[in-house]
Amino acid sequence: MATAELNNLKLKAEDVKLNEAFPEAVSVETRKGYSGYTVKPENLVEVATALRDRYNFKFLSSATPVHYLEQGQMEMVYHFYNLDAGGGAIVLHAQTSHDAPTIPSLTPLFPGADFQEREAWDLYGIKFPGHPNLKRILMWEGFNGHPMRKDWKEAYYEQDGKPYDTRWPGGQVHRVEDKNPFGNNVAYPDGFTLEGWSEQAERGLYEAMPVDGKGVTIEGMQTDLVTVNLGPQHPSTHGVLRLIVTLDGETIVKLEPVMGYLHRNHEKIGERNTFIQNIPFTDRLDYLTPMANNHGYVMAVEKLMGAKVPERAEYLRVIMDEFTRVASHLWWIGFFLNDLGAFFTPALYMMTEREMILDVFEATAGSRMMVNYMRFGGVARDLPPGALETLKELAFERLPRKIDEIEAYLTDNEIVRSRCIGVAAMSADEAIAYSVSGPILRAAGVRHDIRKAEPYGIYDRFDFEIPVGQTGDLFDRYKVRVFEARQSVKILQQALTQLPEGEILSGKQQYQARVPAGEAYGRIESPKGELGFYVVSNGKPNPYRYHVRAPGFINLTSLGKACQGWKVADVVAILGSVDIVLGEVDR
Amino acid sequence: MSSIAKELANPDIKVPAEIENNLIVTSIDKIYNWSRRNSMWPMLFGLACCAIEMICTAAARYDLSRFGMEVMRPSARQADLMIVSGTVTKKMVPQIVRLYNQMPEPKYVMAMGACASGGGPFKDGYNVVSGIDKFLPVDVYVPGCPPTPQALLHGLITLQKKIDGQSIRTVRWYQPGAEEPIPVPILGPDLIDPRQATLLRQRAAEQAALAEQAALSPAEPPAAG
Repeated sequence: MATAELNNLKLKAEDVKLNEAFPEAVSVETRKGYSGYTVKPENLVEVATALRDRYNFKFLSSATPVHYLEQGQMEMVYHFYNLDAGGGAIVLHAQTSHDAPTIPSLTPLFPGADFQEREAWDLYGIKFPGHPNLKRILMWEGFNGHPMRKDWKEAYYEQDGKPYDTRWPGGQVHRVEDKNPFGNNVAYPDGFTLEGWSEQAERGLYEAMPVDGKGVTIEGMQTDLVTVNLGPQHPSTHGVLRLIVTLDGETIVKLEPVMGYLHRNHEKIGERNTFIQNIPFTDRLDYLTPMANNHGYVMAVEKLMGAKVPERAEYLRVIMDEFTRVASHLWWIGFFLNDLGAFFTPALYMMTEREMILDVFEATAGSRMMVNYMRFGGVARDLPPGALETLKELAFERLPRKIDEIEAYLTDNEIVRSRCIGVAAMSADEAIAYSVSGPILRAAGVRHDIRKAEPYGIYDRFDFEIPVGQTGDLFDRYKVRVFEARQSVKILQQALTQLPEGEILSGKQQYQARVPAGEAYGRIESPKGELGFYVVSNGKPNPYRYHVRAPGFINLTSLGKACQGWKVADVVAILGSVDIVLGEVDR
Repeated sequence: MSSIAKELANPDIKVPAEIENNLIVTSIDKIYNWSRRNSMWPMLFGLACCAIEMICTAAARYDLSRFGMEVMRPSARQADLMIVSGTVTKKMVPQIVRLYNQMPEPKYVMAMGACASGGGPFKDGYNVVSGIDKFLPVDVYVPGCPPTPQALLHGLITLQKKIDGQSIRTVRWYQPGAEEPIPVPILGPDLIDPRQATLLRQRAAEQAALAEQAALSPAEPPAAG
């Protein structure tokens, strides 16, 4: 490696002057409230290559489209990070016309962009020349149109933004299905008939799977490759994920995840909602970690608003986030054991403490799961009387004991070890290339945690460590999560002891947030990985663009590669180790 | 007298005390319903957030097995009850209908949570079905987003009460024509319900007629504004 390259390893985003390096292709973003650079689409691949190889910005965290209807433009926004240096992102905007939009694919350079570009094609109709497998991902092949485009209207469309005139202040509530001739949430293109029409939703899925090639030979008997489906209704897919698998005997030749079975249009609805109405919707993204989702979203909007958060609220946020992390990791351990074949008994043990944590959430926020707790500039409610004592008892007594118990039963367990060690190992470079984040990235040996790399809230005040694995196999992923739960308990002990008195919300409680025009990307270390919210505001009460960078969705990009060559029983364990929640995978 | 006997026995018919523990005189409806209500096996089948609360209900704290329902069957062929636990999307609904068709009678459907009952917060979404009752006959609706485990338990007890009220003479699965499966929806340009095929054709014909009319009549001047 040349010396110049070595010096670049620790480059921060603000030290890179892309517009000077590429005066022809790159210009500094000038729109008010925007940051980063604008790149000409034809130079995008060249600039991205330089970012990766010359500046060490190897981690393409998020690639997402925005449709600027009035300007007639479609824009892809990329966030690149330097994991060695930490700090903020280099943001690239590449613009193209919204009639037949085309932007060169970054998937050959950054395999982690694969699913994100497919999503952009599916929902926005952007073509990516160079993409190896550009087909729909969340909707099905044959669906009419690209639904996230601003000029595409759903069957129950009423108005661009809430509150709808019919509901407020008029208050004339009607049932939308009564206005639809089919009485259901459907709309067909003009003149659509069933005559001559043929279904294509399933066809494309199987075309990509290998059919020729020899299978295993048993005593001179020749067998074929077999393509089978796992899910979407299957107990070990953690929801409604579907895997299409081509098998040679019991060995995986090719595996492709098919998703969208829980695609509930979070982003389209989010762009109709007002800013504050989106908070309860974020609860339902990753429904095992609602507090973390709330935190990520309010942080992104607070960046736009420039809102200050009172001291006590910051502490409460940390406390809730870390309890969520412990609960989520406990749940994961229980269900990972399920996937390994220890049916439900370990899960029962893990859920005991989770229930206690949920009780405190219920007492504080009003609901066990869908907490809707954080607000722009603080949190909604203070801890009720007695909750602090319960939390302290949990953090100082119950949880450390629980984690010891887990370690005692599982870490040296022979079956756990033989099922996990060496399975689906992943190198650090591979993990970064696939934009994998969270415990799997750390298990692969990359010491990256947003709480340290780009500290948000008050995380810089706490003393904790980031666990890393060595091989990235299932056992490392398990150990990283157990260690992380311990570190969370450590943070909790500090936060609960230091928790100051005072305000929990800056300013007045309000129904409508005033958000200045601009873009913001707020990211937090959710228990599953990097949870990012990309929000564009145009000064109106509704977000113009609202995108969720879901860790589960992007972590799944590496699944096909990770499963290749392993056996059917390992697939369930490998999938389990990714820790997906379909609510955020499909959104 | 055992508690089961107390629950089932017909008080009008006297059983001699010496065989009281060995003999119960009851009606066929009573014993039929009693045996079904106490071994209602749900399908192991989660859709979204509600599935997490369903798992919690099945776990130690809320303990579904108190009601004979802890045996969750991943196979539709062995299940009596489909708990539709979460948002029903258009992409998923063909599979749900297929699973329902695979369940043997007697079968029940519970719509758990706001989404399964009527679309819930995601109702406006382009990929969301406004409630599973657009396709399947629902026996019990459980409100909540998600319903707490207590609410789900209440829903299950309500279902037990419903079963208690059924009679073998009138139940659906002994009626003629009960074997008819529900037509599986198709993924077209949007979700196509085969039961609405006639309506779809009719509307296409109307639109074609309108277009023809517009092509024949001289173009009207566009309205102002």
